[in-house]
Amino acid sequence: MIPPAYAPDEARGLWVFLEQEGGQLEGVALELLGKGRELARARGILLTGLLLGHGVEAGARQAIAHGADHVVVAEDPLLAAYTTDAYTNVSARIILERKPETLLLGATPNGRDLAGRLAVRLRTGLTADCTGLAWEEGTGLLLGEVTGFGGGVMASIKCARHRPQMATVRPGIFPLPPSDPDHAGRIESVAVSLEAGEIRTQILERVRHAGVDITRASVIVAGGRGVKGDFGPVTELARLLGGEVGASRVACDLGWIGRDHQIGQTGFVTRPKVALVCGISGATQFSVGVKDAGLIVAINSDPEAPIFEEADVCVVDDLFPVLEALIAELKRRRP
Amino acid sequence: MKPLGIIVCVKVVPKPEEVSVNPETRTLDRAKARSELNPPDMNAIEMALALRERYGGSVSLLSMGPPFAAPYLQVGLAMGADHAYLLSDRLFGGADTLPTSFALARGIQKIGEWDLVLCGEESSDGATGQVPAGIAEWLDCSQATYAMDLALLPDGRLRAEREIRGGHEVIAVSLPAVVSVKLGVNEPRFMDMELRRTAPAVTVWNASDLGVDPASLGFEGSPTVVGAVWQAKSPERRREFLDGTLQEKARLLAERIRALVSF
Ligand SMILES: Cc1cc2nc3c(=O)[nH]c(=O)nc-3n(C[C@H](O)[C@H](O)[C@H](O)COP(=O)(O)OP(=O)(O)OC[C@H]3O[C@@H](n4cnc5c(N)ncnc54)[C@H](O)[C@@H]3O)c2cc1C
Repeated sequence: MIPPAYAPDEARGLWVFLEQEGGQLEGVALELLGKGRELARARGILLTGLLLGHGVEAGARQAIAHGADHVVVAEDPLLAAYTTDAYTNVSARIILERKPETLLLGATPNGRDLAGRLAVRLRTGLTADCTGLAWEEGTGLLLGEVTGFGGGVMASIKCARHRPQMATVRPGIFPLPPSDPDHAGRIESVAVSLEAGEIRTQILERVRHAGVDITRASVIVAGGRGVKGDFGPVTELARLLGGEVGASRVACDLGWIGRDHQIGQTGFVTRPKVALVCGISGATQFSVGVKDAGLIVAINSDPEAPIFEEADVCVVDDLFPVLEALIAELKRRRP
Repeated sequence: MKPLGIIVCVKVVPKPEEVSVNPETRTLDRAKARSELNPPDMNAIEMALALRERYGGSVSLLSMGPPFAAPYLQVGLAMGADHAYLLSDRLFGGADTLPTSFALARGIQKIGEWDLVLCGEESSDGATGQVPAGIAEWLDCSQATYAMDLALLPDGRLRAEREIRGGHEVIAVSLPAVVSVKLGVNEPRFMDMELRRTAPAVTVWNASDLGVDPASLGFEGSPTVVGAVWQAKSPERRREFLDGTLQEKARLLAERIRALVSF
């Protein structure tokens, strides 16, 4: 066994790493607070948010309103934007001192960058990309439910003797908790000892798109390789239905549409009421991202496409004339 | 600029769609599954070869896995890699990300001279994406995960364009560094039959070659344990195939959608 950094009986509380951007908490951080609240209540333990950044008081208050009992805030100009060394060093120092029992992080690119590094620094176990979290009956250990092999296989994973038991969760897995401005909690600022020399990364340029959030869309019209570079009809249909545009990985890789539209194992997990899947074959890595949709409509010219196995309504046809006819039909019926 | 010593960590994985759960034993049935090099690792190999063409240096492949992984490393050698190393020992088996990244880091140190380690962004079987950052931590070097493009800066640092949520950033990191490469960022080259013929043999190391405590390897060195395993079940779908003219299909589609959302 690789010796743990601290023992289970010294460990206390459920912590959530609060990823922020410009002082605003990321959606997945709020979702984790919602789930964390439920988990903490079930065992009568405290829910603590760990917030690193610069000028993040508003984020700390936001965390309390979303269910945190306590927020540990580490502020420093060197923490304004995420870098691996700064965030790992500061988080690890706080965690080794406070010894949380459980630490949850969002599985965003930076959340995973930090989680993978921190888990080794702390010599502990990390269950990545959980689709469910629960306490194990009897032991009270965290059980992370994960999918493997492109989504075909599920497993539950636990970390028996190492603390903190770490888990990451993708955006969109847990619902956004309601905000309660009257919820009380304690904001605690901690001193940061961080030297510029510890940071081996320099950010030269940073581009954030205004950004759609397909994880909360109630209607998604998704296009894949079959749209052949033309997202026009897909976009028009999404607009008519008041929904968002989704895409397969291939469509994103080909540069036809931005990465924030990607559905699936390496994209976003969505739960719309209706998903229209156009010109997408239905690889398991795609389908894990829509499997909880209320209704799945598949439009594909290949009658053998696997997507038809997982659709409620199936149209075997060229997507372009079908979308054109559907758009015309919706416009015709518009009041 | 001095030539780059590049090590690419690769994994041989079962084709995901061919793995199932045996309903009786509730264990994974991989027997019928064919194997392949993890797809993002192919992009990492291609990126390494392109960097070597641009800056000079060498490309070594490193994998941890059973002996049957060796022929897959030969694929990488036939693409143009200079050396290949396989960490193979029963003691490595059953490892989660902590001992996996540990063993790979020790393998990298045993290979010796290196400036850059490239990995695929995640494996198609485990899909944790946590191993590259873990390796960087064991090696105490900088990291750039989810990279789409790499180049050397005149001051000797590595310039990496990487994905962040809802965008991208360009960072400069000091070498040595560990980088994870996004799936699909390049077109991996084909094997060269001549290279395949002349490629060196794969060097195989076991746990004692790495000189590490067996207790920090494999199943024993893993803080996490897998409890239950089951086949994922998607909700039953109606699979109603629409017939008729385009207009009739469109009308039926509109009805089905209208039943669930108002617009
Ligand atoms: C580690 C890993 C992670 C991955 N993660 C993801 C992920 O997160 N998301 C994801 O989507 N994929 C992911 N993939 C890739 C996935 O395996 C598939 O390759 C991908 O989903 C295929 O995209 P596609 O369906 O658009 O393209 P294709 O598989 O090429 O399918 C195109 C479909 O369009 C149909 N078509 C073509 N023309 C028309 C037309 N005119 N009208 C109607 N239909 C038409 C074809 O019949 C075909 O079914 C991942 C793969 C790996 C290895």
